[in-house]
Amino acid sequence: MGQKNKAGFFSRIPMKLKTRQAIIAYLFLFIPILFFVGIRISPTLYAFSMSFTVRGEIGYTIENYVKLVSDEEFIRSIVNTLLYFIITVPIQLAIGLIIALAIERVNHFKWFYRIMFFLPYMTSIVAVSWVWRLMYDPHNGVLNQVLKFLHLPQQDWLSDPKQALLSVSAMLIWQMIGFSMLIFLAGLKGIPQQFYDAAKIDGASKWKMFWKITFPLLNPTIVFLTVIGAIQTLQIFTQIANLTGGSSGSLGGPLNSTSSIAVYMYKTGFREYNLEYASAITVVLFVLILIVTLIQLKVLNRSYEL
Amino acid sequence: MLTKRVKISNIFVHLFLWIGIVFVAFPFLWMILSSFKSLPDFYQFGLLPEKLDISSYKYIFAETEYVRWYANSFLIAVTVTITNLLFCGLIGYTFAKFDFKGKRIWFVVILSTMMIPTEMLVIPWYVISSELNWIDSYWGIMFPGIIEAFGVFLMRQFFSGVPNDTLDAARIDGMGEFRIWWKIAMPQVKAALSALGILTFLGNWNAYLWPVIVTTTSDMRTLPVGISLYGTSDAGGIQWNTIMGMSTLAVVPMIIVFLIFQTRIVEGISLTGGK
Repeated sequence: MGQKNKAGFFSRIPMKLKTRQAIIAYLFLFIPILFFVGIRISPTLYAFSMSFTVRGEIGYTIENYVKLVSDEEFIRSIVNTLLYFIITVPIQLAIGLIIALAIERVNHFKWFYRIMFFLPYMTSIVAVSWVWRLMYDPHNGVLNQVLKFLHLPQQDWLSDPKQALLSVSAMLIWQMIGFSMLIFLAGLKGIPQQFYDAAKIDGASKWKMFWKITFPLLNPTIVFLTVIGAIQTLQIFTQIANLTGGSSGSLGGPLNSTSSIAVYMYKTGFREYNLEYASAITVVLFVLILIVTLIQLKVLNRSYEL
Repeated sequence: MLTKRVKISNIFVHLFLWIGIVFVAFPFLWMILSSFKSLPDFYQFGLLPEKLDISSYKYIFAETEYVRWYANSFLIAVTVTITNLLFCGLIGYTFAKFDFKGKRIWFVVILSTMMIPTEMLVIPWYVISSELNWIDSYWGIMFPGIIEAFGVFLMRQFFSGVPNDTLDAARIDGMGEFRIWWKIAMPQVKAALSALGILTFLGNWNAYLWPVIVTTTSDMRTLPVGISLYGTSDAGGIQWNTIMGMSTLAVVPMIIVFLIFQTRIVEGISLTGGK
């Protein structure tokens, strides 16, 4: 209400249109600018500066970073995070594309298929993580019960350091397929039908049409999904915390085999309360995300001009 | 001849999609069925419970603060959605329709905050919240999400497509600038607002990292934090049927809401590329 009166007030005094516009714009932007500076930008700078300090000591130091380079658990979490990316993103893209192509082909129940495959992406991550944890449970879980039924050797799944990361990845793929499918469906809609008609006249096979028309024209979609996938896997936390945390497991375990950068940050920052060291970890994360974003800007060459 | 072949191959495509659905939907089915099992039932192989056991649900409502967590999550998600729609609408409109010094810089500054990972921000937020006594309060959970840069970007894109004539006509009629935004401009971007609203609601409904850090008492937990801490703090072995009951109660209403709004949600996410 106050802003409305002010705007009306300004319209009554004679002044240049441009000045008036600027005053109104900054009235509208005043609170948002405070918010972004106070809750986003200053905290980022604070985290940076904090990463160069050690509790109980005055002045700046690179001690945290020196420690990080030789911290085995940290290196393990970086390697794991990269593994999550390498394992989950190509598979979820491939399956997402196949399902999108299949849905494009059928004439009936399109909407039904679309929702069904999208459900895992929509629902509560914590809730479905616990469902997967139960499925993986060596004694109560359905996977081992099926193996037992088929007289196959039972597995330890999440409790086996060799299988745990793959088990987490399987759930990540299950969750993300629907998202890739949806973005691929949007991408497929953008391909003009004339291209296929022309190819048909030339007698091209379906297989050839896919590799010569569909796939190249989906390239921006693939890049987009890869970038989103990279940013999401770099920050993966909730799934790991709920699949492995607690008294019946160990966060990021067993033997740190599932720990990610975010999980390690959480452990150092909010279990051991070494916020300075945790800040240094997040600075590394920040740099990694920055690199991915710059690659995206370069590849997609998308400019947000005003 | 040709149509017959197309029909047969279509049957295979349908079949393929149905096999996919079985894999995708199985965890949900397993979750619902498991919530009706008694604990000894879990040791036996079988999809269906031996006999329908609703003790898990009785336990959830009588012995845990599940309803409170649900209410907390709902209240927080609704509030943050409203602030985002209002602020992102106003900011996006300003950037799309006004010319002023510093416009480009502020827009880039706001957009660049999208790149900052939450993991990096939670540490300073935690320090701020401790200093200002915001730990374990609704405000403490909500304050970081009041405005999202993504929403600003989305709304600016949509307001750019709104023609200036109607706005200028209102100006000639002597309408105040704030009212022009609220009465004339906002109604023209309803589709974008509903997409942003749905995404914001879902994002906050599922938020985990910050709520788990900032809440300390059971009363203030959100639904994901409540389920998670109930599951991980169980020293006497995991009560699987209770956790599956909690998950079912969290997931099934969402699926129903999703089915009602499915076109909107799917369009919203395709439109915006999700988040």
